[in-house]
Amino acid sequence: MIVDIGIVAAKAFLVLFMVLNLAGILGWIERKGSALIQDRIGANRASIFGLAGMGLVNTLIADPLKFLTKEDFVPPQGDKFLHTLAPCMALFTALVTFAVIPFGDVLVLGERVINLQVANLNIGILYIFAIASLGVYGIVIGAWASNNKFSLLGGVRGSAQMISYEVAMGLSVIGILMIFGTLELQEIARGQGTLIRDMLPESAQFLKSTIGWLPAWGIFLQPLAFLLFFTAAVAETKRIPFDLPEGESELVAGYHVEYSGGKFLMFFAGEFAEIVTAAGLMTTLFFGGWQVPYLMRDGFHFPWGETVLLPHLGVVLLQVGAFTVKVVFFCWLQILLRWSVPRFRYDQVMRLGWKMLLPLALLNVVVTAIVIIAVQ
Amino acid sequence: MDASVIVFYVVSVLLVLTSLMVVFMRNVVHCALALVAALFLIAVLFLTLNAPMVGILQVLVYAGAIMVLFLFVIMFLNPTALEPRHRLWWGLGSLAALILAGGLAALMSNGESLADPVAANEAFGSPEMLAKSLFTDFVLPFEIASVLLLVAIVGAVVLAKREP
Repeated sequence: MIVDIGIVAAKAFLVLFMVLNLAGILGWIERKGSALIQDRIGANRASIFGLAGMGLVNTLIADPLKFLTKEDFVPPQGDKFLHTLAPCMALFTALVTFAVIPFGDVLVLGERVINLQVANLNIGILYIFAIASLGVYGIVIGAWASNNKFSLLGGVRGSAQMISYEVAMGLSVIGILMIFGTLELQEIARGQGTLIRDMLPESAQFLKSTIGWLPAWGIFLQPLAFLLFFTAAVAETKRIPFDLPEGESELVAGYHVEYSGGKFLMFFAGEFAEIVTAAGLMTTLFFGGWQVPYLMRDGFHFPWGETVLLPHLGVVLLQVGAFTVKVVFFCWLQILLRWSVPRFRYDQVMRLGWKMLLPLALLNVVVTAIVIIAVQ
Repeated sequence: MDASVIVFYVVSVLLVLTSLMVVFMRNVVHCALALVAALFLIAVLFLTLNAPMVGILQVLVYAGAIMVLFLFVIMFLNPTALEPRHRLWWGLGSLAALILAGGLAALMSNGESLADPVAANEAFGSPEMLAKSLFTDFVLPFEIASVLLLVAIVGAVVLAKREP
């Protein structure tokens, strides 16, 4: 009993530690990465002993310290309690979402079988959408409690944008749920361990010989859904090209214009934690989660018949490593996107969400249903 | 006493408190946020009753979507404080509350022992069970409800597109 609780606590701590630190590291990568993209040096004051890499340590330790020791200003006409509650909600919802994302298969230690996932809910994907929908409150409350017209405008924009893109995001993953027949993220990740040729009927010999060797990852089964999900997820994190709620050139800083010190740090860290969570979701739903192609529980089984056996611990380490690499890759992809494209106009954001993403997501559901019936 | 029963009573007390806050707070935004908290607590009650699907949908639809739209409208209109309550409404409201309280008291005092607030069956609220009952036994009401929603959506679009 005690050991079970200990294991759950250890998993929760590990995931929280990884997400928070990755969020911090992303803050540094964003500065250095943007400099790389724009052909600048970027953040060069933070190097210690002439080592540019030490800037990372500086960002992880010096930045938060500086934030926490600055004055925490609450607008005199604002709502003091809600002004404090808002950043807490923004950071909380960004952090707890990762609880249902699996970061590995099972770890067998003697008699004990540990599922490498913090919470194994049978409604995992719905939990993520529910928590994401609560994330809007951080923005709305923060915007209202600041008693500032710029922040209120940002909050109104943010709530409308997030509600709109939640619909498209939810519909875009329906295809994946239909194929794997479950709402559990661990089951979806396991389902992506087979090959496409095992999913096709006997009659489809041509497809079997051409694409049958591919692993049954979501991206190969639902490429359109991935594009829709990626777009909607970027819109949910409120970053360029969807950063209308912040829009520096129009709204100063949008919903967090009246925030300083530790509370601003919470909004800031929450945004990066959202990026990590979005990357984790993309990995789990569309890129096999912790799966390494052809790696089964006892080692590699290549489609051409070769087999390489590995010890259990090696397999688990490979899986967790693969998951981490994929998550970091998608974090980088989002940062790359932020520094490569300009901001949309607000009516363009709304048109893209309701008139393009939503109909395409519905079409994807219908086509997937027809194909599934045809294959059976 | 079972742990889930304790959870039930704690959540219920909080639920009643937040519901009272919805009625008695003077700032409309505070009322709306108290309602969000109340809806969230109802979702927790569903979770303890082995109905995680209904609980999560409660958060997703009511707390996460409908209340955001409420707040959206409140923030747009920005009513600083509520007008003082009209005496007639106050009287009628009290009368309705009294009738409801009387009815509930009559129901509670009919001699039967109070039911256990914790549901027995674990498979009861699973997504599979919910889908099975929705698409077999209750498919007609389900479809009627969806047609009703569709009519509401079309109506909203027509109203929004009306030429001035």
